Amino acid sequence: MAKKFLLKLLVVVATITLVAVGCGNDDDAAPELATAPATEAPAPEPAATEAPEPEPAATEAPMDDEIVAAFVFVGPVGDAGWTWAHDQGRRFAEEQTGATTLFVENVPEVAEDFRAVVVDFIENEGADVIFGTSFGYMDPMEELAGEYPNVVFEHASGYKMNDTNFGNYFGRMYQPRYLSGMAAGAMTETDQIGYVAAFPIPEVLRGINAFTLGAQRTNPDVEVHVNWTFTWFDPAIEGDAATALLEAGADVIAMHQDSTAPGIAAQEAGARWVSYNSDMSAFAPDAFITAPVWDWGPYYARIIEAVAAGSYTPGAYWGGMGDGIVTLADPAPDVPVEVIDQVIEVWEQIESGAWDVFTGEIRDQDGNVVVAAGETLDDGAMLGMSYFVEGVVGNASP
Amino acid sequence: MSEAALVGLFVATVQFGTLVFLAALGELIAERAGVLNLGVEGMMAMGAVSGFMVGLETGSPWAAFFAAAAVGALVGGLHALVSVVMGADQVVSGLALTIGGLGLAAYVGRNVVGERPETLFTDLGIAGLADIRWFGDIFFNQPPVVYLAVLLGLAVWFVLARTRLGLALRAVGESAPTTDAVGHSVMALRSAAVMVGGAFAGAAGSFLSLYMAPGWTEGMVAGRGWIAVALVIFGAWRPGRLALGALLFGFTLALQPRLQTFDIEILGLDVSSISPALLGILPFVLTVVVLVIISWRHRHRPSVAPAALGLPYRREER
Repeated sequence: MAKKFLLKLLVVVATITLVAVGCGNDDDAAPELATAPATEAPAPEPAATEAPEPEPAATEAPMDDEIVAAFVFVGPVGDAGWTWAHDQGRRFAEEQTGATTLFVENVPEVAEDFRAVVVDFIENEGADVIFGTSFGYMDPMEELAGEYPNVVFEHASGYKMNDTNFGNYFGRMYQPRYLSGMAAGAMTETDQIGYVAAFPIPEVLRGINAFTLGAQRTNPDVEVHVNWTFTWFDPAIEGDAATALLEAGADVIAMHQDSTAPGIAAQEAGARWVSYNSDMSAFAPDAFITAPVWDWGPYYARIIEAVAAGSYTPGAYWGGMGDGIVTLADPAPDVPVEVIDQVIEVWEQIESGAWDVFTGEIRDQDGNVVVAAGETLDDGAMLGMSYFVEGVVGNASP
Repeated sequence: MSEAALVGLFVATVQFGTLVFLAALGELIAERAGVLNLGVEGMMAMGAVSGFMVGLETGSPWAAFFAAAAVGALVGGLHALVSVVMGADQVVSGLALTIGGLGLAAYVGRNVVGERPETLFTDLGIAGLADIRWFGDIFFNQPPVVYLAVLLGLAVWFVLARTRLGLALRAVGESAPTTDAVGHSVMALRSAAVMVGGAFAGAAGSFLSLYMAPGWTEGMVAGRGWIAVALVIFGAWRPGRLALGALLFGFTLALQPRLQTFDIEILGLDVSSISPALLGILPFVLTVVVLVIISWRHRHRPSVAPAALGLPYRREER
């Protein structure tokens, strides 16, 4: 009896752990890594969740003249990071367009859960446009777009779309990351920067590389030491990873996760910090240098207006600093004026399209030329990036 | 590898170890009395948020610590009410406590996300000893909760092993009807054990939000409660082994970021190339290994787990 019970206990603990780890806050694009455990989740999947058969009548349901835009968030709006930035965008769009906006937080990347939320938005709240803000929503969104042809579906950070009512959108975060690297490179005294990295996927590698190239622009001797946490949000581990990098000699910390813990660790050690997602200066004012940040509002407003006007056509949008969907937070007051001038100069080149971050000659960690002199990486190559550039210390495929 | 990095590894080992030790010690008390509580994660979250809010309000980390313990005890009391008094399935009730506790913590703390209290726990820096090279920072310059956890561990061991109360608690975990027959109240013993266990988990939560990762955000407990549940099994329900296990688990947690910065080779293997993702599952792998070992060593005897663990007791049903 006791042994059987132990076994049961072990199974429960193991399952829960998998689910806890898998369903944790993940944002951006965490392809298989994050979604795989989630599919094993003992999600309650009674027939009810699959019930809502798309009756043609239902999709045209509450047709009033006011547009209803519904947002599905993977994390809490209070995370100060990824979901917070999307919620700021939602608020902006609501003010700008006068549309009604709705949102649900903490929706796991489980098809049934996502479906239930979206179907409720459409059937009961009369939603005209659905914004899904996590990579793992992609497949159920594609299905739902087929079932509800009169509703517009917009998916952040994915790559699927159709010709009528399903598009995707993201931002060229590597551009402001490059600029933040320029500031960080100027501020380090030990020439060693620590980078607390989330998961080894192209988006994160691209960010680290862009940051490093930027840091090298203002400081040719700089090294960027990468520490993988395999988390999107776990303050204890992420703060500790920053501490480990500081102990190893770094005096500036950059990061890719949603938590503010690396900044707090940097401040306690008297070091400096480049945050991400939003201006997190309030959390560690003495450490904060600047941050590459999201500004989703204008895009959301544009899509809602297009839906209202009946002129929406789906696209695969990857906007840059020129569009303002990504930008750089105000720098700390002690960043030297010459550095700020330099940043602004590059900013203008990026914004006008005259120059972009991955312009050669660029070498990888082993010294192989990955971008030839004078050439610029195309989007496909950037989206599939799998190496570290020269100057990064760490393992690109841990 | 620098001296600072090596010392840092052991400083972090002690701190992560303390975090899971406190929570696991509480779970051990409950389980020795025969009540499995899978709500540790939820109780820690409630402790983290309530401790953080009290710290924000009072500016006293100790007020926060004890408030978190009180909240943890109350939340644990819910589990006692459902599973001990009403005799519901402990696994179901415990899981509900985790899910409900996480949700309630998110709701309660929704307005304090991003705030910082005036004072947090600070490292003690014991005069004269904290400056000793290598060992000072590891043993004599830790936050006070670390030393308190050591004292609590000794106290729990003493009570369980050397007092009549401990004997009664252990007895009710082995056989509730027998304990009932000698005149102890099964309900009172078990409920008290679960509530004290909850207090420990709540206190551990506040150590997280007032020292290890200062601040409150939903999801910050991030599975540590489950590590605590696994740790009780790893420690074979004994406080001493639990402490050793906590240090080992703490070591794997502290190693996760640091191994990548260490430029050393062991047997020709560059340690910085070991995937931190693999290290993350190490506590659970170790738990399974230990479980197999103790099951095998005890194959001719009853299990090391309390015999009545997980079994509700109702006097009429025999």
